[in-house]
Amino acid sequence: MEIGKISGLEMGQATRDAFGEALKSLGSDYPNVVTVDGDVGNSTRTEPFAKAFPDRSFNVGIAESNMVSVAGGLASTGKIAVVSSFACFLLNNAFDQIRMSVAFPGLNVKLVGSHSGISIGEDGPSQMGIEDVALACSLPGVAVIVPCDAESTKKATKAMLDVEGPTYLRLGRANAPVIYPDGCDFEIGKSIEIKSGNDVTIISNGLMVGIAMDAAKLLEDAGVNARVIDMHTVTPIDVDAIVKAAKETGRIVVAEEHLAAGGLGAAVSQVVVQEHPVPMEFVNVGAQYAESGDPQGLLDKYGLTPQAIVDAANRAVGR
Amino acid sequence: MPVEAIKLSLEELKEKAKVIRRHIINMTTAAGSGHPSSSLSAVEVVTSLYFAGHLRLDPKNPDAADRDRFILSKGHAVPVLYAAMAERGYFSTDELLTLRKLGSPLEGHPNMKRLPGIEASTGSLGQGLSLGIGQALGLRMDSLDSQVYVMIGDGEMGEGQVWEAFATADKYKLGNLTAIIDQNGYQQTGATKDVLDYGDFAEKVATFGWHTQTINGNNMEEVLKALEVASQQKDKPSLIVSRTQKGFGILPVMEEAGDMNFHGKPLSKELAEKALALLT
Repeated sequence: MEIGKISGLEMGQATRDAFGEALKSLGSDYPNVVTVDGDVGNSTRTEPFAKAFPDRSFNVGIAESNMVSVAGGLASTGKIAVVSSFACFLLNNAFDQIRMSVAFPGLNVKLVGSHSGISIGEDGPSQMGIEDVALACSLPGVAVIVPCDAESTKKATKAMLDVEGPTYLRLGRANAPVIYPDGCDFEIGKSIEIKSGNDVTIISNGLMVGIAMDAAKLLEDAGVNARVIDMHTVTPIDVDAIVKAAKETGRIVVAEEHLAAGGLGAAVSQVVVQEHPVPMEFVNVGAQYAESGDPQGLLDKYGLTPQAIVDAANRAVGR
Repeated sequence: MPVEAIKLSLEELKEKAKVIRRHIINMTTAAGSGHPSSSLSAVEVVTSLYFAGHLRLDPKNPDAADRDRFILSKGHAVPVLYAAMAERGYFSTDELLTLRKLGSPLEGHPNMKRLPGIEASTGSLGQGLSLGIGQALGLRMDSLDSQVYVMIGDGEMGEGQVWEAFATADKYKLGNLTAIIDQNGYQQTGATKDVLDYGDFAEKVATFGWHTQTINGNNMEEVLKALEVASQQKDKPSLIVSRTQKGFGILPVMEEAGDMNFHGKPLSKELAEKALALLT
């Protein structure tokens, strides 16, 4: 994949790989952490933890409903239950279990969904989590975190273990460019401005952050100075950073690897409309399911490209 | 105070069951809604768990780590649980009359966030046994000998998740887990055998590696014996198929009303009077 090439970013690890490494390395310091898997631990990358701590990991088979409720039960005995699957199988298949066994009782369950977005590629649309953020954001009291690179994923993994209550961590399969080569201060609910600018703000998360950086470079070459914000937490959303961007740059583009409905774009819009209305544009998968194909080809075909963000920014600037 | 069990005599248990039945009638009639018949079928089992030496608890310290746990997966029958909890001292019996009223933690279905002593928020059927498995695993990891009991409805057995859970409990050989199916034979729209018939639960669940028993669950002596046998199963999970009658204790009143299911509705004041007269 070519993400980050235009802006000169190094290619790094997939966020799922960074999560897996972080979870394993935190295992000794967090003796209450347990994992519950639906037989895809080698895909979600809980496997290294499970191998290091076999007595604290439970593979309950291909039964996501049961898996999530088992995690709720473990949490109600004081465990920090990390329950993972592909984003679509976790959120979509076990949604009522997440509602009743996790969110409603407010239990300390850490939902982790890998294989989010269309960049999973060849396995096709049945495996793509593109409704997951909307589903997770609909649940009261669930923090929704979408990290963009390995470094911030490692920080996010620790942060979610440190916070009491339910969280959803959204991870990708594809390698992601290094956004934070020098580390980052990660705090749930506090976005990170990774490029300053005053003509337009691009708000994104996950894999789209690298693409937003590429877009910012293209815009800069054309004389438009874009601010780029890594909005790694969708719930609770960073209201202050959004209002500041609206006031200082006067227009906002939101880019995400998700359907248009209910994702980051919706969350940012709600703040903008209520606090400081400015022209907004959106780059996302729209209202459609994608198809099988190579990851870069899919991103190009479904409009998740630097050029798409540039076009959106120009539309916003022109309004 | 450490957690401890209360052990009443057989006669006292039968009397306690009557008191709990009266609470169920009074609280649902006062609420003007609820599921009294679904609660009444489960009275002998719930009474035995709370008062026949099984659940080791401390109502003054409801979160004690080493307590035993009871999950009412058929959450609509929660009046029986509230009645038992009040009798056990979690809150006053007067509070039972706040059932389903705005501001009361005695909600229409169990809410663990609002009422200490409730071990799981239920009401969306099918999830309680999985929650119980998680608790049983967690307690075993902490080397506690606490027991987990989960009551499931026979209609609830239609939920696929329950069967996922039976297999999982077998995988982890959860000797600290006991499931009870309150097989009262009816669900919302009719007889369970007509809606979705799974046949013999004990036979099926035994093939999942569970210890199983089938009893008359409205017979206190049979319930006591079955719970005792279940507690002796240390290396595998245990199932009690508790064959009961919906509305047990006030069956003549349901006959008079012409509805032996009487699902999800309270007794009128007049019928409640008649029911209470049967429970003296």
